[in-house]
Amino acid sequence: MKLSITIMIVVLIIVFAIAVYVLIKFRRKKGQTDVPEQVEGNFKLEIIWTVIPLILVFILAVPTVQKIFAFGDDHYNEKGSVQVKVTSHQYWWEFEYPQYGVKTAQELMIPTGKNIAFELKTADVLHSFWVPSLSGKMDTNPDGTINRFSFSTDKEGVYRGKCAELCGPSHGLMEFKVKAVSPDSFDKWVTAMKAPAVLPKDQALAETFKKSCLSCHAVGDQGGPVAPNLTGIGSRESVAGILLNEGQDGGKPVKENLKTWLEDPQAVKPGNKMPAPKDLGLTDEQIDGIADYLANYKLNY
Amino acid sequence: MAHAHSVKRHKGLMDWLTTVDHKKIAILYLLAGGLFFGIGGIEAVLIRLQLIKPMNDFVSAQTFNELITMHGTTMIFLGVMPVIFALMNAVIPLQIGARDVAFPFLNSLGFWTFLFGGLLLNLSWIMGGAPDAGWTSYTPLSTTTYSTTHGVDFYTVGLQIAGLGTLIGGINFLATIITMRAPGMSFMRMPMFTWTSFITSAMILFAFPAITVGLVLLSFDRILGANFFEVSNGGNPILWQHIFWIFGHPEVYILILPAFGVISEVIPTFARKRLFGYSSMVFATILIAFLGFMVWAHHMFTTGLGPVANALFSIATMLIAVPTGIKIFNWLFTMWGGQIRFTSPNLFAIGFIPTFVMGGVTGVMLASAPADFQFHDTYFVVAHFHYVIVGGLVSGLLAGLHYWWPKMFGRMLNETLGKLSFWFFIIGFHLTFFVQHFLGLMGMQRRVFTYLPNQGFDTLNMVSTIGAILMGIGILFFLINAIATAFKPKGVAADPWEDGRTLEWAIPSPPPEYNFKQTPLVRGIDALWKEKMAGNKGMTPAEPLGPIHMPSPTILPFVMSVGIFIAGLGFMFSKEDFSNSFMSLIFNNWIVVIIGLLITFGSMLLRSLYDDHGWHIEVEELEEEGVKA
Amino acid sequence: MSATHAETVDGKLPHEPEKATLEGRNKVLSFWLFLGGEAVLFGTLFATFLALRNQTNEGPTANELFHFSTTAYATLILLVSSLTSVFAVQAMHRHKVTALRVWLMITVLLGLGFLGLEIYEFTDYVTAEKFGMTTSAFSSAFYTLVGFHGAHVAFGVLWISILIGQLFKKGLTVVTAPKVYVSAMYWHFIDVVWVFIFTVVYLLGKVG
Repeated sequence: MKLSITIMIVVLIIVFAIAVYVLIKFRRKKGQTDVPEQVEGNFKLEIIWTVIPLILVFILAVPTVQKIFAFGDDHYNEKGSVQVKVTSHQYWWEFEYPQYGVKTAQELMIPTGKNIAFELKTADVLHSFWVPSLSGKMDTNPDGTINRFSFSTDKEGVYRGKCAELCGPSHGLMEFKVKAVSPDSFDKWVTAMKAPAVLPKDQALAETFKKSCLSCHAVGDQGGPVAPNLTGIGSRESVAGILLNEGQDGGKPVKENLKTWLEDPQAVKPGNKMPAPKDLGLTDEQIDGIADYLANYKLNY
Repeated sequence: MAHAHSVKRHKGLMDWLTTVDHKKIAILYLLAGGLFFGIGGIEAVLIRLQLIKPMNDFVSAQTFNELITMHGTTMIFLGVMPVIFALMNAVIPLQIGARDVAFPFLNSLGFWTFLFGGLLLNLSWIMGGAPDAGWTSYTPLSTTTYSTTHGVDFYTVGLQIAGLGTLIGGINFLATIITMRAPGMSFMRMPMFTWTSFITSAMILFAFPAITVGLVLLSFDRILGANFFEVSNGGNPILWQHIFWIFGHPEVYILILPAFGVISEVIPTFARKRLFGYSSMVFATILIAFLGFMVWAHHMFTTGLGPVANALFSIATMLIAVPTGIKIFNWLFTMWGGQIRFTSPNLFAIGFIPTFVMGGVTGVMLASAPADFQFHDTYFVVAHFHYVIVGGLVSGLLAGLHYWWPKMFGRMLNETLGKLSFWFFIIGFHLTFFVQHFLGLMGMQRRVFTYLPNQGFDTLNMVSTIGAILMGIGILFFLINAIATAFKPKGVAADPWEDGRTLEWAIPSPPPEYNFKQTPLVRGIDALWKEKMAGNKGMTPAEPLGPIHMPSPTILPFVMSVGIFIAGLGFMFSKEDFSNSFMSLIFNNWIVVIIGLLITFGSMLLRSLYDDHGWHIEVEELEEEGVKA
Repeated sequence: MSATHAETVDGKLPHEPEKATLEGRNKVLSFWLFLGGEAVLFGTLFATFLALRNQTNEGPTANELFHFSTTAYATLILLVSSLTSVFAVQAMHRHKVTALRVWLMITVLLGLGFLGLEIYEFTDYVTAEKFGMTTSAFSSAFYTLVGFHGAHVAFGVLWISILIGQLFKKGLTVVTAPKVYVSAMYWHFIDVVWVFIFTVVYLLGKVG
């Protein structure tokens, strides 16, 4: 990429230099009536500006092809790779770790220093999986045209992930976070994810939560697979991928974000598939109670 | 023209509806193009206003998607395409020394089908929602499951009809250029604009049928319940991407080649020098067209085609830089040693060169698949294609319009306003799109209706929006210029730029309806310049003065297009549940479709049964006009 | 240019009346161009069909569906009709208007025969085999490709019929001759497309 930028800047400078020279030198002067020489062409010059670009293209082509094939290598079944099955939905991301039997959503947890091998597919329309600061993007296609690719990072931290293929009204809001942690923390996180579900302490609220939320969502070993997994949502960096929590630039307390979302999901992500809790008959207190419960549902890792 | 001749001559509106004169059709194309270009431009400004600041709620997410879809579709298919056809119609018959195109009737038919297709597409705004799946309409987002309004139906049917018009136009110009050239005008003596239009027409012929099929498949999926892109029934959404881009990539060369042609006319005229390396220009044009058909998958690097395909398409794409580079250097060396005049057409032409080079350079960067994984579907791509399509193509078209305006209308555009519009346009353009390269590199995806703050996007987006407004002002200056000029008296010289080189400058501005009183004899490249240098006052005629045969005006093309329009609407709503039983009756039983098709085929039958013998302009009439002129 | 509208047959009609006028030559040339575009159209349809031909979605497969005999008859009929349209053009070159009309009529009849067989085939698929447009990706691709061809045949039949009418009314002139010639080109083209359909859709469907 650096090579191509360098070559291109050199080309730009040459063309601009010629253009500026010509435009200054060969202006028509007042009262000029003679006719300039009608040059048909110049074989040598024309050969030069055909051959030199050809050579430049060749110089660019060699590393390009090498990189394409390196990128195309399938590391999915390689030893030491952490496999992640990514499934995109309108407008959220599901991450499944088949080697660990763990499923999460919106926040991809990865260990540093390890090769993360992805298998990408979509549950509905095309999306494109992209973590700009870690790697290029790859489309998530339906069954039959599933893509694989991989990346890794040595730096712990939180990275922004995005959807890069128009997928509907909330395409621009279909963000996710990548959290790179040490391999030890990662293992702890896996254990915590597999622990039995923690339900609200209040019996009545727990019943409401089970009835209204767990029909689609899951926490721990309970609930359904239709909507994003909520296990440990309180310790994530964002709610719904787009409402940033404290700790991020411009973030708000996680409970506040959860309430914003639960009050009116359509206002946050137009066109998303979640029914508004109020339409399901939840009262303001119940919503507040669930937001409070989820905000405190944290994992230790 | 006061002679009440044997043929009925229409006046006013009927004249425009029935005309088969290529010069009038050119003006119709220009008006239609201006209308759609204006609509697309307003959409662009709305898009930029929405993006002026993070988390803006100027328009809703759904409306935003409709805006970007319609902006792209309108600009590509309905905005610049007709302006190209306007220039081709206005100029090519004149440049090759012909009295008209090969098929005046088809010419008119092509225009009206195009117009009604475009109108149908834009009707979507007031009939339940515009298409919202992007101008690329990737499946499955564009299938009925995910796009529930009739928007995408308007897209498929509207583009189908408009595309038919374009295809007819393409065939017409191919035939015109092959058979209607004046004596002595061999292929290698044709002006560059004619050459590039010729190649463009050939590309239209071979690219448009692909999108025709694509649109048929998509509309069958949506309206008849077919399964081409329906994954659960065995369909394959990636197929759409292939079909779309097999058409879509040649399409961008279809658009840019005529602009290359315009630049190749304007620069020599105002440098008073012949085009440097004419034969290599022709060769480069053909090569670009040829390669243009073999690079479609560079739009699909991230689709996952595998390394072999990605490598091949990467290299093929990079190769296009070579013929394009040849063209750039040839233009620069045309000016080398010339006497450049900075008239408004030439300003646009000169502004074109660096702008287009920048677009080309980012194109080569995008061609490299590994880099494209990062750039793809970001604002970097948006910046790239606006550099080639707006900075390149639209600059070229504006150069052409300023250049040929006196020939088309017999009135010079105001130079001051022309220069003002150039400076506003070019500065606004670079302000809008240069910063978008960086937005893309920083991770802003395209087609997002808003973005979170604190990503470093805010200032650049603000700058971009301000640039868009400046660009809009530049275009407004052009519009004011055009309108103000329309009120000035006619009467510019045949060769108002004084250094015209090609045949169109040998006849009055605007030309009489028969163009050439006597077909000219062409004795070399830049036919008129050659005669000027030989000290002749005009072209040497190749035939004696005689009566000129003219085609009759006819309303049939208009009626046929109305028929197609009705049939299209009928097809779109054939499965709709109407609350009104009469509407259900006529739509759900295909009655509307049948009526529309009957109108179209009935007109075709009329055309076939009653031979058009045309009419003649007699010698006396020609001589009388000669005296007047 | 004034002599471009030569009148009726007066014995002085040139050997190739379709190319006698500029209009005629333009028509023939641009019809070739048009067929180039048509070739791309059918090429894309063929590519679509090839991509989807095994996606039968629990519906009937090509092998279960196709009856060889019907298609073989259809192919034979269409090939013969191509030959008769050659005879028609030859008759035109010899300025034999009656023979021209007769050969064109035979061509139209054969075209109608082909269409009849195709309609019979389609109805059979839809009713007996429950194989409709919406059954599978394969069925959609099949009906679209073969149906597009069928629509071309139907249009050709209509077109040539109207030309026969014109030949009765106007006779063979430099205006009608290019129309006849061009319609013959069209007829050969759809015949060639059928040969490909027969190979790619039916033969390949039976074998592969």
